[in-house]
Amino acid sequence: MSALARSRRHRFAPMLLLAFALLVVGGAYTALAPSSAQADALDNADAGKGEALFIANCATCHGPGAVGTDLAPSLVGVGPAAVHFQVTTGRMPMQASGPQAEAKPPQFSEDEALDMAAYIATLGPGPSIPTEEQVDPALGSAPNGMLLFRVNCAMCHNAVGAGGALTEGKYAPSLMNSSPTIIYEAMLTGPQSMPGFNDATLTPDEKRDIIAFLMEQRGTNPGGLSLGSLGPVSEGVWVFVVGLGALIGCAVWIGSRSS
Amino acid sequence: MSIEKSSHSGEHRELGGSAGLPERFENPGLEPHRHRLADSDPKRAKRSERQIALIFTISILASIAGVVGYAVFPVDIDRASVLNVRWSTLVVGLGLGIGMLGIGVAAVQWARALMDDGEKIEDRHPMSAGPAAHQQSLEILRQGADEANIARRPVLKGAIAGALALAPLPFLVPLIGNLGADWDISKFKRTAWAPREDGSGDPERFFEGTYRYLARDPQDTKIRAADVTNGNIVHVIPHGLPEEEHYLEEKAKAVVLLVRVDPSILKEAPERADWSYDGIVAYSKICTHVGCPVALYEQQTHHVLCPCHQSTFDITDAAKVVFGPAKRALPQLPIKVDPEGYLYAAADFDEPVGPSYWQRER
Repeated sequence: MSALARSRRHRFAPMLLLAFALLVVGGAYTALAPSSAQADALDNADAGKGEALFIANCATCHGPGAVGTDLAPSLVGVGPAAVHFQVTTGRMPMQASGPQAEAKPPQFSEDEALDMAAYIATLGPGPSIPTEEQVDPALGSAPNGMLLFRVNCAMCHNAVGAGGALTEGKYAPSLMNSSPTIIYEAMLTGPQSMPGFNDATLTPDEKRDIIAFLMEQRGTNPGGLSLGSLGPVSEGVWVFVVGLGALIGCAVWIGSRSS
Repeated sequence: MSIEKSSHSGEHRELGGSAGLPERFENPGLEPHRHRLADSDPKRAKRSERQIALIFTISILASIAGVVGYAVFPVDIDRASVLNVRWSTLVVGLGLGIGMLGIGVAAVQWARALMDDGEKIEDRHPMSAGPAAHQQSLEILRQGADEANIARRPVLKGAIAGALALAPLPFLVPLIGNLGADWDISKFKRTAWAPREDGSGDPERFFEGTYRYLARDPQDTKIRAADVTNGNIVHVIPHGLPEEEHYLEEKAKAVVLLVRVDPSILKEAPERADWSYDGIVAYSKICTHVGCPVALYEQQTHHVLCPCHQSTFDITDAAKVVFGPAKRALPQLPIKVDPEGYLYAAADFDEPVGPSYWQRER
């Protein structure tokens, strides 16, 4: 410790601190590898098995027959898309009460989620899980998707889908790692705080355009540090910590004596 | 640099102890000059010289690399790709940056390591030019005033005052003129939703040629009431606006949020009872604080949040402010449904949208 204390006035100390600051800021924005999920049709799903899973895992809050309780809403008519979204992103079953149910490693396999979706579908009609073709970014138009995203989504999810804060601890999550199916289901069903965008507001083709735009954001970076794509907050922190740090380092070096 | 020694020698605290402190602390002056290794050791000086030359060389190489990078990664319209743009920006930027920084770093290092670093003292010169010069300038001014004899030449006095007053006008008039063609603040009170009372509107865009249809932003398609479902949101512009003049100015005033809530939780003032349709309400999207688009709708709480300063409005309660710096509720757009089920604006907003301004009455 005393060796560390002695060397704090070493002439390389400011440079070392600067390098450390750079490392911390850079490391903080390292992105995670994207994961993908595949949605199969409900044809092979077993509603009976889904009901058993529902009774064992969901009925405590959503009530027997999924009619809802004081703790949780009714699931009659929410449709398979909502079930698939909530269960495969790990948002349901909820781990703890909080401002919002957060995504976590899913507790059920894709097949189990589809079984539960099939069970919920038997209770009442609702939005269904999109087909592969409906969510294929290659078939969508990214420029049109950008126009639609800017008006309908960017206010919460940020200009390129990096996410952002809402009120009282709620937030719009990042879309950078969400699969096309999950993005489509979120638009269709409006999970939690998010309003829905039904097929009249955003047609299935327009939803696919938005997916195409979002997938485009994961492609080649046109350059520069994205700093999490969060806008002025992270850019301001960067300027204050790294920019001003570098200027202070220069001033110290210019004013120091040569040996 | 010399210090006067006569100042306040009387007020010194008596301090005990035989060691005693001096009567006053003298200016110790400069510490003895410490020579650098390079001053006495030619090898060391040579090393510094090589170091500086190396930094200049890096600068030269970076400048060349920047130009080469511009040629290697074409960004013209035919051959540009995202990857080319990225590399071109990076290489040209680094070349320019390192090229310039290298010159600066080398120059500073040159001054630090090789130039004479002996301390030099230059005393300040008095600022005053002395009483003689002072007198002389005053005399010149007085003489000028006497010769001009302004008191006895009133015509010239008026002429010079007029010329001085008018000279800034060629600068000021265009400056103020360019602020805007007209000063008509009634524009703030009217938006593109205002009905065309004479029935002159395109029947495709105006119900009965008078009342403007609501349309989706940016698709500009009409909205059926049945298509607005609970928990959904529609971002709305006046139908046909994108093809009209001053589209962006008009859009900035006319954008609207359209949501449907359960009519049982909707609190409506009696005079606004017919402004909504079966739980569908339309509110201005322009924040009443400083005019950001309020569009972060939380469908579970029915609150809309402004991203700029966190003003929050309750959609179920006439869009009143529930949090944040905004002072007024969002203005409501009265909506009705035509026989085919499409929504139209029955009237303009009943108050100006957006932030307060001086001439606004409340």
